[in-house]
Amino acid sequence: MTGVQGQGLEPVIGLEVHAQLLTRSKMFCGCSATYSGTPPNTHVCAVCSGMPGALPVINRAAVDMAVLAALALNCRIAEQSKFDRKNYSYPDLPKGYQISQYDMPIGIEGRLNFDLAGETRSCRLVRVHLEEDTGKLIHAAESGREYSLVDYNRSGVPLIEIVSEPDLRSPEEARRFFVELRRILMFIGVNDGNLQEGSLRADVNVSVRRPDGSFGTKVEIKNLNSFRSVQRALEYEIDRQRAVLGRGELLEQETRGWLEDEEVTVSQRTKEHAHDYRYFPEPDLPPLLLTGERVSALRESLAELPADREKRFIAEYGLRPQTASLLTDDRLLADYFEEAVSAAGPVDPSRVANWVTGDVLRVLHEIDAAPGGPQLPARSVGAIVSLVERGTISGAAGKTVLETVAATHESPDEVVRRLNLAQLVDPRALEELAESVLRENPRLVQAFAKNPRVLEALVGKAISASGSKASPALLRSIMEERLQRADVR
Amino acid sequence: MEYDTAFKTISDLGRLLATREISSVELTHDYLRRIEQYDRRIGAYLAVTADLAVDQAECADRLLARGEGGPLTGIPMALKDILSTRGLPTTCGSRILEKYIPQYSATVVEKLERAGAVLLGKTNMDEFAMGSSNEHSAFRPVRNPWDFDRVPGGSSGGSAAAVSAGMAAFALGTDTGGSIRQPASLTGTVGLKPTYGRVSRYGLVAFASSLDQVGPITRSVRDAALVLQVIAGWDPRDSTTARADVPDYVAALDGGIRGLRLGLPIEYFGEGMSPGVEARIRSAVDAFRDLGATVEEISLPHTHYGISTYYVISPAEAMANLARYDGVRFGLSSAGCDIWETYANTRQAGFGREVKRRILLGAYALSAGYYDAYYLKAQKVRTLVKAELDRAFQRFDALLAPTSPTVAFKIGEKAGDPLQMYLSDVYTVPANMAGNTGLSVPAGLSEGLPVGLQILGRQLDEATVLRVGHAFEEATGYSADRPDLSAAAPA
Amino acid sequence: MAVSREVVEHVAALVHLGLDPSETEELARDLSSVLEHVAILQQVDTRDVSPTGHALEMRDVMRDDVVVPSWSPQEVLANAPRRNGDFFEVQGILD
Repeated sequence: MTGVQGQGLEPVIGLEVHAQLLTRSKMFCGCSATYSGTPPNTHVCAVCSGMPGALPVINRAAVDMAVLAALALNCRIAEQSKFDRKNYSYPDLPKGYQISQYDMPIGIEGRLNFDLAGETRSCRLVRVHLEEDTGKLIHAAESGREYSLVDYNRSGVPLIEIVSEPDLRSPEEARRFFVELRRILMFIGVNDGNLQEGSLRADVNVSVRRPDGSFGTKVEIKNLNSFRSVQRALEYEIDRQRAVLGRGELLEQETRGWLEDEEVTVSQRTKEHAHDYRYFPEPDLPPLLLTGERVSALRESLAELPADREKRFIAEYGLRPQTASLLTDDRLLADYFEEAVSAAGPVDPSRVANWVTGDVLRVLHEIDAAPGGPQLPARSVGAIVSLVERGTISGAAGKTVLETVAATHESPDEVVRRLNLAQLVDPRALEELAESVLRENPRLVQAFAKNPRVLEALVGKAISASGSKASPALLRSIMEERLQRADVR
Repeated sequence: MEYDTAFKTISDLGRLLATREISSVELTHDYLRRIEQYDRRIGAYLAVTADLAVDQAECADRLLARGEGGPLTGIPMALKDILSTRGLPTTCGSRILEKYIPQYSATVVEKLERAGAVLLGKTNMDEFAMGSSNEHSAFRPVRNPWDFDRVPGGSSGGSAAAVSAGMAAFALGTDTGGSIRQPASLTGTVGLKPTYGRVSRYGLVAFASSLDQVGPITRSVRDAALVLQVIAGWDPRDSTTARADVPDYVAALDGGIRGLRLGLPIEYFGEGMSPGVEARIRSAVDAFRDLGATVEEISLPHTHYGISTYYVISPAEAMANLARYDGVRFGLSSAGCDIWETYANTRQAGFGREVKRRILLGAYALSAGYYDAYYLKAQKVRTLVKAELDRAFQRFDALLAPTSPTVAFKIGEKAGDPLQMYLSDVYTVPANMAGNTGLSVPAGLSEGLPVGLQILGRQLDEATVLRVGHAFEEATGYSADRPDLSAAAPA
Repeated sequence: MAVSREVVEHVAALVHLGLDPSETEELARDLSSVLEHVAILQQVDTRDVSPTGHALEMRDVMRDDVVVPSWSPQEVLANAPRRNGDFFEVQGILD
């Protein structure tokens, strides 16, 4: 598919991500910042609909979240920052300009490290800045007439824009970068990571590098709303660019869109309105002075970032990388896990991890609860794991206790008592039980010599005979010892 | 008793209301009658809100009967049609907002309402506050009550003419490059531009965001202090308002000015200033010396650059502020075959020539490749203009200057030459550039037409400026001059 | 500083201002005249001067993250030239 000229051209990829901030109110007014599923134009006021005479007022929480994000992304925080007007016209932009940041953004020169097949990769970030989101357009057509409906509920919602250097070298790298970026933003509580709803959006820019090392023509692909589409769109586009160059043709510097169903990028021939944004400093808003104290306070509140926490989970708790990654995907879950470990006492944390990532998440999902909520407290989980590990109850009983605690809010001990789940662990009782089962199953006992797996069948019978109360582990060792003695006989 | 209330100050009217010699309803009817009688000729009002005014006057009378209320309770006023008034059309003198009805009121409007003032109507103005003669209203020009063939000044020409002709006890105007002070000067009234940030801009339809200020046009300096007292103050809805406390402006009036140091910028006395105007200003200087103040000359070389900086910065900000007038959410909408045509047609039909001029000028100054040479350069020169004024205020407590280089010019005289019109703002724009406060007080007549004396003060020092103006007014009595309106009487 | 009609057309397109040919001519003349005067700014030495964006020196003017009641759709759409239910309506947009 690619001609000689197209081969060996290395992709050069950069990402531009827009993330909505989890503030309660909008960037410049007190309207609610939630908009999905809301009736049209119900979260709107004079300010966010651009009425004559309205004025913006900066939301403090949005600035704090932007600084947090910039810190988490290893940026230098600007001591002085300001807003600027970005001038262009579109129906979803009520003032005819967007209040954004141009030459003095909140954060610059950052870095995002991420994992790719066991290796740590790094991508530099150019900047992190604050801006306001636009309204929403719904395109419709009726008997040949095309029109659009405009809803300003989303207009004015605070956004941060994160721009990377073109350091990424493959579609997979771009995907991993985006995954890690999302994890961090969710972890520090500034974004909800919802790609489908558009609270997190990515544009990519990609070119293929000529053998002499210079960059080729850059193409931008806008509004990719899943990890998969980021990767697929880049794969397609890189092939396309190589093919074009391979044919000896020139690439156009343009913006393209990704068509999810057809899996192709297409040129978006926008109207020939020059993008001269005529930026100038926003006269309605005094500049920001981000003092050392304020930034330090925010930096402290930042605590541990997901990648560091993941490493610590592996080192400190001996977790497998996969498990550690799963647990640090969500800050609430990570906190929950650690609290359960602490409550479990002298138990191998990876046992706790197995429970948390397995049955606990299942039960939470079933009752539609989040980790850290009142329904299934972490300390209860820790207690249950401890009971199982000590042999007080069986693993199966443990699951029962888990589900019951979630339903009734009793403590694990109460449930064990009430449902009489304590395992039989008394050695003499177990020996009696073992002997009685062995007596009743002479043929299996005979078969043991040739087929050691018979042990499991015998253990199973003994557990049933005990009404599932006998500790399988203890029972097994007792029976095994007996069988071997019989064997010797 | 019919026209007894004409040309009275707020203070005078307040006394009459307090002693119940007259009711607010009677007073309001007096003003409405005068509007009926004179405004067909003068054109100061775009909308007269007679029913609302009477309702408000009735409320005011009830308050006054209980012995409640303040200095503005029951006093009839007019508001420049650039201030948002909930439920009432706010046109900004433009076709593009001819039928626009705001769903909220400006902070200053709410404050005056709470103070019990009575709204007579919305006044005529240069379209979107862009003009110095009120010839650029989309609806009709305003005529100077002193000579109907002459301009009242602009852009608050309607407000100034209304107060000048006794068709309102006071009015609010706005000042971006002189639009309160200059019409006050040309109509023989008092006009105050407060320090930038002293009065809230929330609800003021924006022209140039870093320069616009709302201020009073009144018949006396005391009246200006009374109105400022009500409208000044920090507003959480306007991020550019000053947090500074609002002093008692009225109490500060009577301190006298003995020993006060007044400066006279020599660059203001150059070519372009008419001899008649110069004579009044020199006479004013003598009056100040008689009152015990010192008056010394000072050089402000950057005065020459004021117009250039103003006519780069204000159009640039205006370009952005007027981008929202596109036929989508409010105002005139002239549909085209697609959204882009709708934008272009709407704005072509809705904006007048002066507005188009300024939008284009602004866009040019900000466009790629020109930003550094124009906009950035202008903002830097602005720093120098401001610094120069700040230095002057280290030596002086206030500066004296003419407000306008000439008396009111004839309608049509400058309208064809935009640059000539712009150059007449030379004395007023420095205060807007630097953010300082400026007052224009009547300084007598030249060729039978009013001349205004400008008093410039430090940022947030309206008290001194008002004190100086008050002393001058008391000593000279020029504020009591009034136009002869007999030529306007209906046939 | 002469401004040509092409420049006026280009700038007018930027700000979505429709102009007919005679307007364009006159505006080109007006702009040229003003810009010629404005050129005196170039005489000023501003080498170590920073621009003034705000007349009053203020910093960090912000509000708390509190939700306040919004306007009703009725108020928002009160002046809408074209309304479709509780939406604003505009002609079809290309792209």
